[in-house]
Amino acid sequence: MPVLNIPILRWGQPYTSLETDDVVHFVTGETLARVSQANTGLLGRDMRLALHARHLLTEIPISELIAMMKKGADLFLHATLPMGDGAQTPEDFARQQSASTGLPEHMCKANMSKNYFVLSNMDKILDALTRGLDLNILTRGYGVGSRGVMVSYQAQAPVLGLVLPSNSPGVHTLWLPVISMQVGLLLKPGPQEPWTPYRMAAAFVEAGVPKAAISIYPGGGELGAEVVRRSNRTMIFGGTPTVARYRCDPRVQVHGAGFSKILLGDDVVGQWEEYLDVMVDSVFLNSGRGCINCSGIWASRCTREIAEALAERIGPVEPKPPEDPQASLAAFTVPGAARTIWNGIEAGLGEAGVEHVTAGFGPRLVEKQRCGYLRPVVIHCDSPESTLANSERGAVPAERDAEANRTHAGRHRHHLR
Amino acid sequence: MTMATRGDLSLRVHEAKAQLDAHVQEMVEWHFNPQTGCPFWLEFATKLDWDPRLEIRRFEDLRKFPPFQDEWLRGGPMRRWLPKAFVDKPLYVFETGGTTGLPKSRLAIEDFRTDYEMFSDTLPDEFFPRGANWLMLGPSGPRRLRLAVEHLCQYRGGICFSVDLDPRWVIKLIKLGESDTLERYKAHVIEQAITVLGAQHDIRCMFTTPKLLEALAEELENRSTSIRGTGITGIFAGGTEFTPQYTRFAIEELLGEGVYLTPTYGNTLMGLACSKPVTSEDHYKITYFGPQPRAVIEVVSFDEMDRVVAYGETGRVRLTTLTRETFIPGFLESSGVRPFRKLAAQTTVGVY
Repeated sequence: MPVLNIPILRWGQPYTSLETDDVVHFVTGETLARVSQANTGLLGRDMRLALHARHLLTEIPISELIAMMKKGADLFLHATLPMGDGAQTPEDFARQQSASTGLPEHMCKANMSKNYFVLSNMDKILDALTRGLDLNILTRGYGVGSRGVMVSYQAQAPVLGLVLPSNSPGVHTLWLPVISMQVGLLLKPGPQEPWTPYRMAAAFVEAGVPKAAISIYPGGGELGAEVVRRSNRTMIFGGTPTVARYRCDPRVQVHGAGFSKILLGDDVVGQWEEYLDVMVDSVFLNSGRGCINCSGIWASRCTREIAEALAERIGPVEPKPPEDPQASLAAFTVPGAARTIWNGIEAGLGEAGVEHVTAGFGPRLVEKQRCGYLRPVVIHCDSPESTLANSERGAVPAERDAEANRTHAGRHRHHLR
Repeated sequence: MTMATRGDLSLRVHEAKAQLDAHVQEMVEWHFNPQTGCPFWLEFATKLDWDPRLEIRRFEDLRKFPPFQDEWLRGGPMRRWLPKAFVDKPLYVFETGGTTGLPKSRLAIEDFRTDYEMFSDTLPDEFFPRGANWLMLGPSGPRRLRLAVEHLCQYRGGICFSVDLDPRWVIKLIKLGESDTLERYKAHVIEQAITVLGAQHDIRCMFTTPKLLEALAEELENRSTSIRGTGITGIFAGGTEFTPQYTRFAIEELLGEGVYLTPTYGNTLMGLACSKPVTSEDHYKITYFGPQPRAVIEVVSFDEMDRVVAYGETGRVRLTTLTRETFIPGFLESSGVRPFRKLAAQTTVGVY
C-alpha cells in the first residue's frame, strides 16, 4: 500500500508542512502515512477565521446538519473516502488504525460502528443532550422552551478545540455532535491516531458540511497546549498531570484516567460469583483501554477468591496478531511504554500484603521488535493503603505527546480487599 | 557537481583544515604557556602526563583532552579563566541557562564583538541598512546576546533600542504551568516593543526570537499594521529552536515581501553560526556555518564521542572553542541533532 501524505487542514484547505511525522505499522515497521506537522503559529493565525466557521454553520439549519451527520455516518462506515493524497476504504481504515494504535482490527471495526451509531442517531442524541429543546433556539440564541419559559443559549466559542488521544479511538464519539450544534471543529489528533479525525472530516464534507468549518492540526505537545490557549472551549484528553493542570479552568473539559471501580458491598459479596462476568467484562473489554474500564474491585471479604477467579479468566490471555478476530489484547506501540508500565507495577509488588495473582500464568510483559504487550495482571492487596491500590496503571508515560495522549491505555491491575 | 567544482571544493577543504590545524597549535601554545595562559588550564596541564604544547599539532589531537565538563564553568572564581595576557582588560561575564542551579559562565573581553562583526559581514545592506537603528527584542540581563546585538548595531552605525526580557522567568512560568502569567508577561514585552517601534526612532532592523516574532506580528496585525508597516526590513532571529517550517511560515505569513529574515544558531560558549540565505527553492532549509576556526562544531555519536556521525544521522553536538580569550576542547551539548553536508566535513557542519 502506498504511503499516504496527509496534510494539515486549515479550515478545509490542505497545507503540506515541511515537517512530517511517519505513522508506522507496529508489527511490520511499514510506513503507513506521512503526516504534516503544524507549527503553533499556523494555528494562531487561523484562529482569526474561527468565527467564519461558526457563521457558515449557522447559515445551515440544524435539521439539515443532522441530516448531513446521518449521511456522514453511512459514508464513514461504508464509503471509500479521500485520505491525504490517496483514498481509504473502510477496510483500509480498520487496518491502518489497528496498525498504528495497536488495537486489534476487530476492535477498530467495533469503534467504527460506535461512531456510526452516534452519527446516525444524532437527532435523538441532541434531543437527549438538550432535554428536548427546540434546536432552533440554539441558532436564534433564545426562544420558548418546552415548559413555556423563555430561555437563552449563547455559544461560548465559535469552534471547539479538541486535543485527542492516540490510544483510544473510542473517545471520538464525544465530539461528533459539535458540528450539528453549529460550532466548528479544531482537531489536534493523537500522533498514532490521525485516522478517525481525517476520515470523519472527509465524511462530513462529502455529506455537505462546509469544509471551512473543520481544521485539523497534527503536531506535538506544544500544539496541544496551543489549542487550549487559543480556544475558548476545549476538550482535552490526558493523564493525571493534565487533569490537575486544567481542573479549575472553566474553558477546558479535561478527560483523564478513569479510576473506575467496582464496589461489592458486604450484603452481596457472598454472591460474588454471580457478578464475575460483569467484573471480567468491566476490566477487560476493549483490551481494558477505556476510561470506563474497571481498574479496581473493592470488597469487604472473599477478595482472594475473587482475585483467583478473575485471574483464571483473564490471566491466560495472550497477544495475538491484530488481524486475528480472537485478539483481545492491544499492543503498546510507543517504544518502551509497556516496559515502563510493567516496571511501575513490579515496584509495587514488593510491598507487604501485595500479591501477584496472575504470576502463575506466565510472564506479563511480552516485548516484540516494535511494540510491547502487557498481559492482564491481577493483584491482590490486603490493605487500601497499598501503593498499587491507589494508582492507575493505564497511563503511557513514554508517550511522545506530553499534553494529550496519555489517557486511555489498558488497565492491568485489580486490587482487591 | 562538476570535476572543476569538486577540485575547487577539495582545495578549499584542504586549506580550511590547514588553517584550523595551525590555529589549534597557536591557541594551545597561548593557553598553556605560563606567560599568556589562564590559571585553570595551566593548573590542568600540571595534572597531565603529557604536554599539550608538544603533543597537540592538529585539530584531531584535541581528543587527547578528556571531555570538557560543563560543571567547570559553573561558579567562581571567574578570574581562573582569565589569560595572563589580558589581566588589565575590562571584563564581562556572560551566563547561559541558569533556570535552576548555577548557570554556566564565560569570561569575555572582545570575543563577542569579533563574532558579531564577522556576522555583520553576512548581512545584506539592502535589508539591514548601514546606519539604521535596531530593536533588540530578546533575552537581556546576564546574557551575551544583549550586548552583542547592541555592538552589532553600533558596528553598523546605528543605535540599539531594547526591552527587558528575563527568559529564566519565562521557563519558570512554563514549568509551573502558569500560562496566564506567561501570556501577560509576553504581552508586556510586546507592548514595550510596539511602543518603541512607534516612537519615531527610525528602527529598520531587529533581533528577536521565533516566539516573540510571532507575537509581535500578531499584535501588530491586531492594530491593523504589520512588521513591514513599522519600517522593519531586516530581522536577525535566534535564541530558540528554528525549523524550516517555522521559517517558511514566518516568511510567507508573518513578514511578506520586503522583510529579510536570517536564522542564526548561537550560544555563549561558541559564538554565532550564521545561516546561508534561506529560500523557498531550497525548501527553507537552514544551513548554519560555524565560526571556524574560532569555534568548531561537530556532530558525534552518542556512544562514541570521538566518532563524527555521517551526514543525515543523529548525534550530539561537540563544540570546541579556540579563541585567545577562551579555550574549550570538546564540550558536549545535551541536545541531539543531524549534520547536513553541503561543502565538506571539516569546513561545514550544519545543524537543522
